Amino acid sequence: MLSSIGISLVVLVLILSFLIIYTASLDLKTPEQIIKKNIYKLSLFQTTFTILSFFTLIIGFINSDFSLINVYENSHTNKPFFYKIAGTWGNHEGSLLLWINILVIFSYLFLVFSHVHGKKFRLYTLIFQNILILGFLFFLLLNSNPFNTIYPIPLEGLGLNPILQDPALAIHPPLLYVGFVGCSIYFSAAMASLLSGYSGKPFAKSIKTWVKISWCFQTLGIIVGSIWAYYELGWGGFWFWDPVENASLLPWFAITALMHSLIVLEKRNTLYSWVIILCLSTFILSVTGTFLVRSGILNSVHTFASDPSRGIYILLFLSFMIFSALIIFFLKHKKENYNFNLKSREIFILANNWFMVFFLVTVLIGMLYPIFLDVLTNAKISVGPPFFNIVIIPLVIPVMLLMAIGPKFGWIKSQNKILYKILFLILSAVMINLFIIYFFGKYSVLSNLIFIAAIFLILYSLLDFKKFINKKNKTELPRIISHLGFGLLVFFIGINHQFSLEEDFNLKIGEIKETKNYKINFEDMEIKESKNFKSVIGNFKLTNLENNFIQYLNPEIRIYSNPETLTYEAAIKTKITSDLYLTMSNVSRSDYYNIKFQNKPFMIWIWISALMIALGGFVRLILKNNEN
Amino acid sequence: MKISISKIIIFSFVIFFLFVFWRGLKINNNYDTRSLIGNQISKFKLTKLDNDNQYISEEDLKKNTYTLINFFASWCAPCKTEHKYLLNLSNKNKKIKIIGINFKDKKNNATNFLKELGNPYDFVGKDSDGKISILFGIYGIPESILVDSNLTVIKKVVGPIDQIQYDNILKLIQ
Repeated sequence: MLSSIGISLVVLVLILSFLIIYTASLDLKTPEQIIKKNIYKLSLFQTTFTILSFFTLIIGFINSDFSLINVYENSHTNKPFFYKIAGTWGNHEGSLLLWINILVIFSYLFLVFSHVHGKKFRLYTLIFQNILILGFLFFLLLNSNPFNTIYPIPLEGLGLNPILQDPALAIHPPLLYVGFVGCSIYFSAAMASLLSGYSGKPFAKSIKTWVKISWCFQTLGIIVGSIWAYYELGWGGFWFWDPVENASLLPWFAITALMHSLIVLEKRNTLYSWVIILCLSTFILSVTGTFLVRSGILNSVHTFASDPSRGIYILLFLSFMIFSALIIFFLKHKKENYNFNLKSREIFILANNWFMVFFLVTVLIGMLYPIFLDVLTNAKISVGPPFFNIVIIPLVIPVMLLMAIGPKFGWIKSQNKILYKILFLILSAVMINLFIIYFFGKYSVLSNLIFIAAIFLILYSLLDFKKFINKKNKTELPRIISHLGFGLLVFFIGINHQFSLEEDFNLKIGEIKETKNYKINFEDMEIKESKNFKSVIGNFKLTNLENNFIQYLNPEIRIYSNPETLTYEAAIKTKITSDLYLTMSNVSRSDYYNIKFQNKPFMIWIWISALMIALGGFVRLILKNNEN
Repeated sequence: MKISISKIIIFSFVIFFLFVFWRGLKINNNYDTRSLIGNQISKFKLTKLDNDNQYISEEDLKKNTYTLINFFASWCAPCKTEHKYLLNLSNKNKKIKIIGINFKDKKNNATNFLKELGNPYDFVGKDSDGKISILFGIYGIPESILVDSNLTVIKKVVGPIDQIQYDNILKLIQ
């Protein structure tokens, strides 16, 4: 029943896509200046039907309708309600339907909100967006249909992977999808701009809100994913340079570069071709990432059960996108003359772009090199964190310096004398750095430079913030928040990296272990039954030897029934200055438990400063809407 | 469109990338458990965990009726859950030899791990950078591969060995 409703809705969306492309192409030839009413209507119907199809799938999950293979494979009757819903997008087929939903909704919203822009440009955007929608709809129907049925109907489902049963992870995919799939709209707009000749400033104005929206959601999605890894995976880390994390970084670098160069296009009406290239590559990189993850070429925690036929389809569609983008770009783009003064804001934004492209290429090489080597020479290697750390971290230093100084320069040419201020702030940063070394301990030369650059960026941003309070120049605020957030992020990650303590030992119930600053007493253990898992909870008493402050930590070992899996839940005590992190795992055939105890300074500040980066974007969105 | 060298270069790059992706899809089947069964394992040279001068290679496995190659590490929690089955196998069955490959681990931690839980292995080799494991198509641990005296893979277990997998292995080596 649900299956036929779902499939009918999806087919309706497909037919509407064809109709929209057809009517929009007809409307291109009419002389009127406004788009026909019926195109709006078709688009509204299309949006309604896709949303309904998604709700149909959600209902399938809520009611545990195991006649749908998708529900059978990814859900279970005794799963909590919230995770039943989250199960909808926790698998390949369901997330593809969500993907299509976002494509369609963005298509409609762009049509409605872009009414001040050129008619031809809007129609072409709609046509390209619907070609993308068609591509993914065919993929869904032919290869990955979430509404496929199974007979006889199983009595019970297989369950959702327990490590995915976490609130952060329930919202992480939707955020990222809005971020990644949201890029589709300015991919379409860039193609439309090339074809219709609607370029320069007006083009920048038409896409900038959409760029900001997808940037905000991508940034937030990546941060939430990282928070999940820290709280759930139980390794005490938050970034692993895992292939899928890397896949999510690629479009992020491109979109961050785009967000900055778009300002140049809007203010100075130059860099048009470069902005177009970035628009096109952001979405192409999103789809490439999807291809690498879903086809199973890369293996990681994120890989869905892979299926080569899926890979072939995405690859074909990806090739189609890349070739049509390249051909249209080469046919239509015009040579531009760039004439920038060395002391202008444009140059700094270009420098930002070079660095972003460098980071992008580095991550891309690290990700793809093993695949290339495997295909071409049959040798298997893996590229790990050391490569990324060595290549990327040193270059964060100049980036931070430019982030601080760049915004001080005006457009075109600047006479600003800020040399003394820079020298003064660098000197202060060096002093603060020496202060940290004196009180907390030494670190390497490179770390010194990173700390100095980060502190310099923080100080400069704080000064800017003071200026903002006096002058209330609203346009500067979002930039200050994001740049300050980035400086703080690097600073706190540095501190955390330098001064984390880790202890690994075995304990029996009743035993006590003393580390440098803490006494850890394994008092007792209890067993608790929850709805879909049983847990063994350890009771640990931690005494801080410096001030005799006592805390209780309760790490868990969870035994999930469907599918049968063990997970280890870390006990984390978050304070303003540090996190205490304790995990316990059983040592079989003995009464001992393996304990991992970590003291990680300023963890909460890493999240806060990362969230500040995203917050800057959201503030800009709100401010701009108020102005309009 | 005018044809220029830069355009040709860009297009060839793109075609090359897409070609590699396409080939990658095929090669990827090596990682699939099903296609590995019935294939021969590749050549390898494995250094002993506690002695850098001793090593074994695929030739040594030919002497055993069956060999179970098990990938483990002290930091890997699920490895602990499968350990008792490995011990049972090595105690109760003389037909099977077990080789442990210590994956991306520190020597001390691995030695302590075996001291604590017992050592089911007839040989413990080290793979500190994970390169040898890649030869076997390993992408996460624990994983185990059962081979016969012809070096043909007859079973592969991804994830910890449990009661069902244990019974399966016993049945296969009857």
